[in-house]
Amino acid sequence: MKPKPFLSSFLLLLAALVLSLAVGSVFISPKELWDILRGAGNETFAFIIWQIRLPRTVLIALTGAALSGSGAAYQGLFRNPLADPFLIGVASGAGLGAVIAMSVQWPYSFWGLMAIPMAAFIAALLTVFIVYFLARVGQTIPTTNLILAGVAFSSFATSLTSFLMLRSTSEVRRALGWLLGGASQAGWTAILAILPYLIIGLGILLISGHALNLLQFGDDQAQQLGLNVTRIKTILLIAASLATAAAVAFSGIIGFIGLIVPHLIRLWLGPDYRRLIPLSVIGGASALIISDILARIVLAPQEIPVGIVTALAGAPFFLWVLRRAKNQGFW
Amino acid sequence: MLKIQNLSASYNGHQVLHDVSFDVKNGEVLALIGPNGAGKSTIIRAASGVIQSTGYIRTNGDDFQSLSPLQRARYLAVVPQAISLPPAFTVWETVLMGRTPYLGFLGQASAHDEELARQALSRVNALAFSDRRVGELSGGERQRVLLARALCQSTPILLLDEPTAHLDLQYQVSLLELIRELAHSEDLAVLIALHDLNLASHYADRVALLVGGHVKAVGTPREVLTAELISDAYCLPVQVVAHPFLDVPLVLPDTNK
Repeated sequence: MKPKPFLSSFLLLLAALVLSLAVGSVFISPKELWDILRGAGNETFAFIIWQIRLPRTVLIALTGAALSGSGAAYQGLFRNPLADPFLIGVASGAGLGAVIAMSVQWPYSFWGLMAIPMAAFIAALLTVFIVYFLARVGQTIPTTNLILAGVAFSSFATSLTSFLMLRSTSEVRRALGWLLGGASQAGWTAILAILPYLIIGLGILLISGHALNLLQFGDDQAQQLGLNVTRIKTILLIAASLATAAAVAFSGIIGFIGLIVPHLIRLWLGPDYRRLIPLSVIGGASALIISDILARIVLAPQEIPVGIVTALAGAPFFLWVLRRAKNQGFW
Repeated sequence: MLKIQNLSASYNGHQVLHDVSFDVKNGEVLALIGPNGAGKSTIIRAASGVIQSTGYIRTNGDDFQSLSPLQRARYLAVVPQAISLPPAFTVWETVLMGRTPYLGFLGQASAHDEELARQALSRVNALAFSDRRVGELSGGERQRVLLARALCQSTPILLLDEPTAHLDLQYQVSLLELIRELAHSEDLAVLIALHDLNLASHYADRVALLVGGHVKAVGTPREVLTAELISDAYCLPVQVVAHPFLDVPLVLPDTNK
């Protein structure tokens, strides 16, 4: 039987969505969910779904899609299986950008809220270029250099972020919980604020599978096959950073999703980025929704930041990939 | 036809090619020989537009210097050394990427593109393992896959950068035989950087000797592979003798002096 990767990942996403809407302090059954989505059903439940669970689930889904899609793209761009928005420091850079925007002016207004992803994007882009130039040796970016530069820059950005928080008002200090990775309470407005970044960023990545395939052969061969390498790489870096910034702006720093999901898909279906990117986007959404459900129920009624769940699963996975890459040179 | 005229190029402010000029005619194999660092690979990288250069690289009227990478890739295909290829793509996927200059940005191959990929694979005798991953292949097989990818590009000009490096002798011979056969039968202009002087002598129609970024001599193997020119270029005394039954010279290091 031929595997149907798109069908199965859509089904997984659908199941994760339903489960995420159902689970919480009150359980809402799929049948009641169906009624509510059609505009009928219990009014209290309807409020919970429309104002709390649905915006949170959508934000988490978009965040997972963005992190996983941009993770796959960074891996292709750097030709390195361990590139992840978190590990290469871009997520922390974006977080710093967001916190700078918040400490200048706590976002009470709609436009204040819109400024956060913009600041996150600018900081993410700066981070990518800094880490890229720190890690580069000639034409290649050795894994160790990339991760070391990413981790070093990440600690720098995180320290600066903590410093900004401690010297600021209590409102910004609340952002600490957000930074650990967890959907904010900004609801539909937050989704609206990041949507343009997501659509442009992920949209570009979704059509760039063939270009990413060519880049796997190295810059020389890619260009000899007809690709305008410098231009494409710049566009892809900007697109991946747009997606990362959109994810970080309201969901904080969530590590390893961008590593695990593309890697599993690669193991399953091979390296073709024309499939890898869209499946990473769908799979990333499902994976983060499931992590978020776990984050809500493990210590219920208390919630833990979803970034803790992804790190608990992701760090051992990262070590496994690292060993595997070392032993087999395969990715 | 590939015409290179007054080609100069620099790496990090250090000039590595000085006014290089030569032609490669259709249906001809021209071997670039010369010691390490003479600029053989640099000529190929400059001609394919991967590094900046001055001078002319043209075919008939068109100057490649002003073409986009996509347009250039319709004239000129490159077979690189097979040392670092992404291992997880299949042979089929790798060869089909040769169609890039004719595909849209999404890289959607048509039935025609697939037919050309099949022909290229069968030309290099690689159709049998087209479903295997590149990482599982031997060096000789990988090099044939790269040749198939270049053929799939349907260009009148083929550039090969030391395609026989790291190959066992039997693969070196069969690859070069195939390349010569292709040049003659498909009327391709083939420029090939080669390390081994005797393989160059055996398989090239003409040879260009490169030393320190300058062209020292261009001509038939018999004209270029002379004791004086080669001794001078490699700073090593050599003897040139006739091949026992072919009409080509053989170069032997003369280290007993």
